[in-house]
Amino acid sequence: MKRLLPLLTGLVLLLSACGREDLSALNPQGPVAQKQYDLMKLSIGIMGLVVVVVFIICIYVLIRFRRRKGDNTIPKQVEGNHTLEIIWTVIPLVLLLILGVPTIKDVFGLAKDYSKDKNAVQVKVTAHQYWWEFEYTDYGITTGQELIVPTDKVISFELAAADVKHSFWIPAIGGKMDTNPGSTNRMYLEFPKEGVFRGKCAELCGPSHALMDFKAKAVSPESFDRWVAAMKAPAVMPADAELAEKFTSQCLSCHAVGENGGNSAPNLTGVGGRQTVGGILYNDEAPTEQNLHDWITNPEAVKAGAMMPSSEDTGLTDEEVSSISKYLADYKLDY
Amino acid sequence: MSAHDHVEGQLPHEPEKATLEARNKILGFWLFLGAETVLFGTLFSAFLALRHNIGDGPSANELFQLPLVFAATMILLTSSLTSVFAVQALHNHNKKSMLGWLIVTIVLGLAFIGLEIYEFLHYIHEGHKFTTSAFSSSFYTLVGFHGAHVAFGIVWIALVIGQVLKKGLTVVTAPKVYISAIYWHFIDVVWVFIFTVVYLMGKVAG
Amino acid sequence: MASHAHGHKVKRYSGLMDWLTTVDHKKIGILYLMAGGFFFLVGGLEAVLIRIQLMYPDSNIVNGQTFNELITMHGTTMIFLAAMPMLFALMNAIIPLQIGARDVAFPFLNSLGFWTFFFGGVLLNLSWFAGAVPDAGWTSYVPLAGPDFSTGKGVDYYVIGLQIAGIGTLLGGINFMATIINMRAPGLTFMRLPMFTWAIFITSAMIVFAFPALTVGLVALMFDRLFFANFFDVANGGNGVLWEHIFWVFGHPEVYILILPAFGIISEIVSTFSRKRLFGYSSMVFATVLIAFLGFMVWAHHMFTTGLGPVANGLFSIATMLIAVPTGIKIFNWLFTLWGGSIRFTTASMFAIGFIPTFVMGGVTGVMLASAPADYQYHDTYFVVAHFHYVIVGGLIFGIFAGLHYWWPKMFGRLLNETLGKITFWTFFIGFHMTFLVQHFLGLLGMPRRVYTYLGGQGYDDMNFISTIGAFLMGIGTIAFVINVFVTWAKPRNASNDPWEDGRSLEWTISSPAPEYNFQQTPLVRGYDAWWKEKMEGKKAMTPAEPIGSIHMPSPSILPLFMSIGLFVAGFGFMYDHLIIAVGGLVITLGCMVIRSLFDDHGFHIEPEDQEKGVQA
Repeated sequence: MKRLLPLLTGLVLLLSACGREDLSALNPQGPVAQKQYDLMKLSIGIMGLVVVVVFIICIYVLIRFRRRKGDNTIPKQVEGNHTLEIIWTVIPLVLLLILGVPTIKDVFGLAKDYSKDKNAVQVKVTAHQYWWEFEYTDYGITTGQELIVPTDKVISFELAAADVKHSFWIPAIGGKMDTNPGSTNRMYLEFPKEGVFRGKCAELCGPSHALMDFKAKAVSPESFDRWVAAMKAPAVMPADAELAEKFTSQCLSCHAVGENGGNSAPNLTGVGGRQTVGGILYNDEAPTEQNLHDWITNPEAVKAGAMMPSSEDTGLTDEEVSSISKYLADYKLDY
Repeated sequence: MSAHDHVEGQLPHEPEKATLEARNKILGFWLFLGAETVLFGTLFSAFLALRHNIGDGPSANELFQLPLVFAATMILLTSSLTSVFAVQALHNHNKKSMLGWLIVTIVLGLAFIGLEIYEFLHYIHEGHKFTTSAFSSSFYTLVGFHGAHVAFGIVWIALVIGQVLKKGLTVVTAPKVYISAIYWHFIDVVWVFIFTVVYLMGKVAG
Repeated sequence: MASHAHGHKVKRYSGLMDWLTTVDHKKIGILYLMAGGFFFLVGGLEAVLIRIQLMYPDSNIVNGQTFNELITMHGTTMIFLAAMPMLFALMNAIIPLQIGARDVAFPFLNSLGFWTFFFGGVLLNLSWFAGAVPDAGWTSYVPLAGPDFSTGKGVDYYVIGLQIAGIGTLLGGINFMATIINMRAPGLTFMRLPMFTWAIFITSAMIVFAFPALTVGLVALMFDRLFFANFFDVANGGNGVLWEHIFWVFGHPEVYILILPAFGIISEIVSTFSRKRLFGYSSMVFATVLIAFLGFMVWAHHMFTTGLGPVANGLFSIATMLIAVPTGIKIFNWLFTLWGGSIRFTTASMFAIGFIPTFVMGGVTGVMLASAPADYQYHDTYFVVAHFHYVIVGGLIFGIFAGLHYWWPKMFGRLLNETLGKITFWTFFIGFHMTFLVQHFLGLLGMPRRVYTYLGGQGYDDMNFISTIGAFLMGIGTIAFVINVFVTWAKPRNASNDPWEDGRSLEWTISSPAPEYNFQQTPLVRGYDAWWKEKMEGKKAMTPAEPIGSIHMPSPSILPLFMSIGLFVAGFGFMYDHLIIAVGGLVITLGCMVIRSLFDDHGFHIEPEDQEKGVQA
């Protein structure tokens, strides 16, 4: 049975391949995750060897030395064996050395500081209950929930939390780093392939911890430049003046579009073009407008503990919610 | 060997270690002090991590008055010495002298507590309250834990004095005197660290 | 004094009062087992609820808040209220017998330790009824567990419940260290101690040096929450990472506090059921000491992603990896104890032998986690969940099951039913691997831990389903064990002194269960495996080290119960801001301490003529 189980799960693993390309740490899509994956493979190799040796000895012993019926002989009482004991002290030490050296190399390699590097894109990540804020300090723009990065540059992150501790993790691109309240951490990642990668919060942060997903979208350098320009362009406000008034008073006290509004909730510039609403309602599963409508009507039902008030609390009528949803769903950036 | 083999008047030289129960108690108490060391060590670490975060409150340098703290230190050090005298008297089976030194120890302990209360009240007056900053919270917790230990020691030694008065100096009461003396030394040593780490470093390296 | 002590009448209780006042380590062991077993069932129920919620994606059987409460209480209950007490049960039941002592060094404190643990655990679990349950994880990281983000009373229950239970653990640690140092039978030198006794000795030392750190952490968090202190309040200069350090300075040694006793149990059982001396005894002792020592200097490997910098991460990586060496020594020593032996398969030995490969699997993932850069991927995912369940369930719980089946006759005078035992083993063993093996892969595929739900289509669905089915199997195994306990209870008490026939240490030289005074005559120990040595020389009993005589026993006392109730009351007083109640509770506790100090316990004597019938009911 002991042998059967790993086999069974190996099968399961095989079926699911190495997991989704945009999510799995076993399917690295960038050099950081690749380094970590290489280290994993090395350690799994070494440790697999240890497990196999132990299993073989264990099974052999259990078969060879089981007590037969009526056997009352007393086995030889052995105190120990110095040679053997030295062997199983030295071999593990050698194995650990093989693992220890690349570990140390990568610990320092991955801690490289790109914060002063002119060629790197500086992104300040602020984690909130339960959303992510991304500020591009060199460009003076801020976005939420969806990180946009160019494929040709190193992305240098400065991480902190606004409330409780969270942890910033894009498994397919690289390991995680905690966002601590009151102090900042640094890390870098690279996104050589275009695509959208799933990011997750990896530190318990409250009832909706499980829903605190985000997306990292890697785009070509040209596309990235167009996106920056679009973000900097004047905001598109609702065409209807009355609705614009309502949107400003009810939404922009916390949210922002373009240069207008506050910063205590996710920036909504180009929100209609994002993959999800609220990080968790997928726009390819339901129409963006529908998702926005659900979210604005009752955020608590989607993400318990979210700070955003429901439409009942803000006094928005269903009609107004629909109009705002439509406006936001149509608010897409061209890049 | 049990507690009942000895009768007063025939006390061995070290009556505190005459029975297995007593030897267990002394050993157990040393282990307890090991745990206490970790306890204070952790409190010190927390204090060291937070001592510069004074918020809107006064800094250690502005606050502390070394003469007062130095006086308190001398009082506590002296009380440690007097408890040594008490244990010496115990070894000489001189009950009267032992009780005398224990009473002196208590009086010095009370003086120390008095100074500490005065000191804390003064700090609070200066705006250094428990809730002022991370520095103040960790300061009061560390020094307060020590103060509580001193107060506990005073009550404990007083109870031991009462028992010796009532039951005499026996192989049952002797370990109590001895262990309370070890405890008293321990809180004295902790104070030496507090004096150095909290007050001297606060004043000099503040 | 000598004259009146013998005539001193000590009131002896029976029935419930006997259990409430007992200072007998064997009865306290049974109390620990009952309370720990009860909390194990509670924690297990919480685990099953967690797994039911995660059985399917997008499940909504419990919401995020309730789920966080379940995981917090599951972890806290299992570690502090189930695993540790069940270890304390075996420690109490067996250690004095293994060292040829009549009791522990401090019988009164032993009772106090049990009752403080018990009332701490009750207080923590009353949170379910108060409707304010701790919800910040068993690690209770701040600021999530701080006053600003955890505004209810939930975390207060955690802080105060653990503080009270922690007192009991610390007392236990001091007690067993002193017992093993001072109370060994003549001839029983340190290098002749049974391996279980060695393990408990080292574990006790770790308790003494690790638990006070938790005490301080809990005090600081309590001050922050109840008295507006600023230890962890970032806005006022506090530091949340400080809590992580304090918690893990305690928390990592705690892991070894849990596993070392299991190592001890496995050593005893492997040796007994292969009829062989433990291979490499002195290197086993050395390895245990080394693991304990290293265990204190690796705490920051729980914080690789906190941002401590490459130097700290590198050092803690290497230090952590080093622990694999002494652990490996132990594994191979067990295998070579079996090698050349005559292995008998009982439930106890099957759990012990199942432990070896299982623990190796948990150990190797531990080394993988020690590599900091790779840990950036594993940290806080299901990979970690799988790892620590492999070492704690596959290690410690297997060890406890093995130990319970092995020593049950010594504790209760009856052998557990072997058929039911084997059903327990196979369901639990298969269920365990089903539940946790797949979780390694879930973590690698990007599933964070402590998530109350997950979206479908991310590759998590099948493995979560398998995991939940495994959890049900483990539940069935546990139920089979409980049935076994009751079935065995109804059977006559007929276990012999040495029911496995291959016993090697002193506990197998006296009746099952042991008489109140354990050893009528303190035995003389002439070597390692004292009882085996005598048996091999054809002796039927140990050589006594003293003539038959009057045996002095400590008196029972109700004070430990009252002292613990005092702390329990004080805890509620602090939590609900009734200072008078808090002070009242503390007065009860301190008052009992004063009473204990003022009135000497003369104990009582069992005379030789009463000793034969002293075999307790």
